Amino acid sequence: MIDFELSPDIADTRDQLHMVAEHAMRPIARDFDEREHEKPWDFINMMWQLSKNSGIGPGASKDKKEKTVDAERNLRTCVAVEELSWGDAGLYLAMPGPGLGGAAVMAAGTPAQKERFLSRFKGEKPVWSAMAITEPGCGSDSAAIQTTAVRDGDHWILNGTKIFCTSGLMAGDPSKSDGFIVVWATVDRAAGRAGIKSFIVNAGTAGMTVAKCEDKLGIRASDTATLIFEDCRIPFDHILGSAEVPKTSEGFKGVMATFDATRPIVAASALGVGRAALDFVRDELKRQGIPLRYGVATHKLTVTERDFMDMEASLQAARLLTWRAAWMMDRGQKNNLEASMAKAKAGLVVTQVTQKAVELLGPLGFSRDLLLEKWMRDAKINDIFEGTQQINMMIIARRIMGYSSKELS
Amino acid sequence: MVNFELDEEQQLIRDTVVSFARDEIRPHAREADEKGIIPPALIQKGWELGLVQGTIPEEYGGFGNAHSAITGSVVAEELAYGDLSIAMHLLAPRLVTVPTLEFGSATLKKAVLPRYCGARFEPASAAVMEPRMDFDAMAPTTVLKRDGDDYTLTGEKCLVPLGGDAHQFLVIASLANGNGVSHPQALLVDRETPGLTVGERERNMGLKALVTTRLSFDGCKIPRDQLLDGGEGSVTRVANLWRIALASMAVGVARGAYDYAREYAKERRAFGQAIGQKQAIAFMLAEMAMEVDAMRLLIWEAAWKFDRGEDATREAFLAKRYAADMTLKITDNALQVLGGHGYIRDHLVELFLRNARGFATLEGLAIA
Repeated sequence: MIDFELSPDIADTRDQLHMVAEHAMRPIARDFDEREHEKPWDFINMMWQLSKNSGIGPGASKDKKEKTVDAERNLRTCVAVEELSWGDAGLYLAMPGPGLGGAAVMAAGTPAQKERFLSRFKGEKPVWSAMAITEPGCGSDSAAIQTTAVRDGDHWILNGTKIFCTSGLMAGDPSKSDGFIVVWATVDRAAGRAGIKSFIVNAGTAGMTVAKCEDKLGIRASDTATLIFEDCRIPFDHILGSAEVPKTSEGFKGVMATFDATRPIVAASALGVGRAALDFVRDELKRQGIPLRYGVATHKLTVTERDFMDMEASLQAARLLTWRAAWMMDRGQKNNLEASMAKAKAGLVVTQVTQKAVELLGPLGFSRDLLLEKWMRDAKINDIFEGTQQINMMIIARRIMGYSSKELS
Repeated sequence: MVNFELDEEQQLIRDTVVSFARDEIRPHAREADEKGIIPPALIQKGWELGLVQGTIPEEYGGFGNAHSAITGSVVAEELAYGDLSIAMHLLAPRLVTVPTLEFGSATLKKAVLPRYCGARFEPASAAVMEPRMDFDAMAPTTVLKRDGDDYTLTGEKCLVPLGGDAHQFLVIASLANGNGVSHPQALLVDRETPGLTVGERERNMGLKALVTTRLSFDGCKIPRDQLLDGGEGSVTRVANLWRIALASMAVGVARGAYDYAREYAKERRAFGQAIGQKQAIAFMLAEMAMEVDAMRLLIWEAAWKFDRGEDATREAFLAKRYAADMTLKITDNALQVLGGHGYIRDHLVELFLRNARGFATLEGLAIA
């Protein structure tokens, strides 16, 4: 039965996080945008304690509910992430927790690996994990990865360079946290995609260095690191999934399946930024006495009303696509197509909505006294990371026409 | 708790309508458009699906299913997937039955509803639009004036579906309340009412299989009972139902065009491969697939809100605007995928594009 009302439990989570977003994130949002590469430690520590105590927040270790399976885990995460990103997308990304690296361990790790690598998130000190896929020579084409993992007895030896690793500094630098990086590397270049495996490298492992953090257009509170691996030696059982190189690329598909869980989350973050801009414009129009007349003939609407209504409808369309992708995941359904739809739509919509919001507010929109211009800069990343809009359109196209990646590339 | 799945009854209805649209409607789409006639046997077959009678209570002779805008939306989308004109013709009686059911007095219900529970298709219609550039459905220039205990109706309407055959019309007119302010009012008008004249059949760029006419009211005397209850509030709710229905039909048309273009793109070869394997085409198709789903979800949310008895004006209005824009883009791109072939009337995509053009303009031609 069709229902668009969040269950009371998720609505509670949303309301609690809205308070956090409004009172703990908004007041420092501008500051940590201007002071790029400085870390909001007070906020980080507060969020860490909050997730310990109340079990709220994305990736929180829901200790109190561990016994009961959360049947709406993915939807809950999306709602939570939208709320935090409404507060500030950069600060949300800078929050400690299992993040994308943890998601990979959850998706592909053995029970022993989950215990070994994820227990650190229950500790007293904030911990990060991160995902290192992109290289200087490859982004979306992750099958072209050059970083190698060579077996040496009971160890793997990693060599290569990873860039654009979100929270790579916090997860990979032992002075920041006792974190880990999930690194994609090839064990057999001749095998192509089938040879791509993921490996866990703990912060502080000899041979892994955080080389630099990028200066970015937006999401400046979050670090985006370059990691260099030089004869980095890790135990054999730090590989996620099988070490075998299969004849087909089925294994690689398994690796890619992580994105089906993470793309709706990125879409949800986009929604939060878009909603921040939309809320701001709505309030400002109200203050100026400019009405929004739903239901009157289109020719009577002003351009401002039309623009606003288009923004509103597009954002809601993106939200519903996102919720649907998460809902399918919660039901254990395959959502590869729907996850890509959500991500492609939300990334595009938030880019357009925030750009239009800056325009509608005139000189105020362009000013750094307000957060609108920041939201526009922050928004754009959602059209890029976790698969660009174009990569997601490609995935949609393959699915709807039944093409392999060879047939449509 | 959030749920994107239709209930069992809705799925059952959808399955029935899906096969009817595919097997019965679609094969007639082109010929009906060219000749401007829908085969009466097809209309009768459609009537027998019970899409009109279904929501009429048993005491009036119907099946007694609860009215649901979500179910109405699903039916409208699937029928329109077959063909828009035929969908509008089949659902036209709902223009009278649903508003009567929701807002008619007991007397009116008793007088009206049993007519729509017979064995034969019973044509009915709505006169909402007016032949003016500055038409506003919520502020029509057709005027209803108090006249003793009754009312008089004066004005001109256009794009009245089945205008030639319908025995009853839902009319939206402006009712002055005495102090110079008027609000929209819904009423039922019988065809035999003195002063009512049905004009010639209109010639439109789309909906060519659907008979539409002008309708003029020259001081028609309207008994008090013919007015629906609830004043402006009921007009708003009725308008939300037509927004939901028209937006759903837009999804049906868009999906028809998308499916057509996608299958063509997989067959048609150029430079040694299917054109669907080229990004320029593939991305257009991917966008169509994504937007068809986006449109539908916006509509379902509006319909869900309506069914809860809440004010769904914002949602229904936004969903219709979104669907009207998007279906035009999708049908246009579908034609583009077919290239020159899309421009030829051997293919259906040009018909989809002509039909899609109407949605930004049309009000009140279908009810969910």
